[in-house]
Amino acid sequence: MKHVISPLDLSVEELDHILALAEKMYQNPERYAHLCEGKKLATLFYEPSTRTRLSFEAAMMNLGGKVLGFSSADSSSAAKGESVADTIRVISSYADICAMRHPKEGAPLVASQYASIPVINAGDGGHNHPTQTLTDLLTIKSLKSSLDNLTIGLCGDLKFGRTVHSLIRAMIRYKNVKFVMISPDELRIPDYLRTEVLDKQGISYKEVNVLEPVMPELDLLYMTRVQRERFFNEEDYIRLKDSFILDAKKMKYAREDMLVLHPLPRVNEIATEVDHDPRAVYFKQAQFGVYARMALITNLLGLDGDLSC
Amino acid sequence: MLNISGLKDGVVIDHIQPGGAFEIYNYLKLDKLDCSVAIIKNAKSSKTGKKDIIKIEGPLCVDLDILGAMSPNLTVNIIRDGKIVEKRHLQLPETVTNIFKCRNPRCITSIEQDLTHTFKLADKNTGIYRCIYCEQRYNNRS
Repeated sequence: MKHVISPLDLSVEELDHILALAEKMYQNPERYAHLCEGKKLATLFYEPSTRTRLSFEAAMMNLGGKVLGFSSADSSSAAKGESVADTIRVISSYADICAMRHPKEGAPLVASQYASIPVINAGDGGHNHPTQTLTDLLTIKSLKSSLDNLTIGLCGDLKFGRTVHSLIRAMIRYKNVKFVMISPDELRIPDYLRTEVLDKQGISYKEVNVLEPVMPELDLLYMTRVQRERFFNEEDYIRLKDSFILDAKKMKYAREDMLVLHPLPRVNEIATEVDHDPRAVYFKQAQFGVYARMALITNLLGLDGDLSC
Repeated sequence: MLNISGLKDGVVIDHIQPGGAFEIYNYLKLDKLDCSVAIIKNAKSSKTGKKDIIKIEGPLCVDLDILGAMSPNLTVNIIRDGKIVEKRHLQLPETVTNIFKCRNPRCITSIEQDLTHTFKLADKNTGIYRCIYCEQRYNNRS
């Protein structure tokens, strides 16, 4: 039984297989509409989430399966002090697969150690968010045709942004990928990512404070939100939240085929005027998220064996 | 220079990072031993400036490899008849459980008391260990 806790739990071959399946599902959703009939997905969300939870639920429903779960710790037995281990042991007898979001880092890994069903990490604190990474990869592969030979700009909160950390780790497995990190000094990527991942594997990257000069270099610009809940200090949040805002003026510096991605929700780091630019694909990205999760659920339930044609 | 008489038979744990001797003293439960134990803090070191040293009289029958995880450059010398008969090369264990605590307030171990605190060797060359749950580094150099 396989769990997906970190983006690296999937090999490049497994990723390619899941992305190919997701693309087929996107092109011909009717064909897969009954694949998970009789199966149940448990969504265990210990902290609020609209997009990820609904995306998982839509994915399971698109496959003909059913969904059960809770959407905050207050409405679960966690409020009574039940451990993650006990909760997942019980849920394992109710559902066939589970997606867990938890504010504490490592909670889905704990769940996977006690579960008898596949566990998907739907975000654990500021740590991992593998299905967002899968969504990002599907978006890039579908719209750029390849995951190789890309220069990726990462902008905003690169310190606490789990989607950025996961994306870096996933993309360095592809050929000739370069990164341009655009952030205030306080929100630069963590040292361990720089030394233990990028430097160690000889990945080309640079870190800058200003967006405009590097825009022409980019194949992709991945924008992130400065998240209030990741700060202990309100003053730091207020000072840094508006640091890097993408607007139509800055988009003029970008190439015509550059794509703007964002894991959403957006607050004000992308001006709404950019939404009309055909290079802004973040709403399309959210749509791809459903297909990425459909393919992952199918794969983890072992239902993709006869879908190769 | 503080002078502590040489050991006839025993173990010298040398090159402990400054301030790290008491953690090792407690882990090895040296307070329970009925023999002489000397802790030397902030001894001069040509390599690192300062170091801690522990000298223990008599044999020590424990797995010493774990000490490498607690203090990366540490060395262990076995003394017999006043001479070093063995310089023990510590093999860093792949995982260490319930030796250090994860101090990341965002880690699941901070709220679930029954979980083991397990760290995995992330880099053999630098001796960096990371919590298996949150990947927070165990800070064995501070």
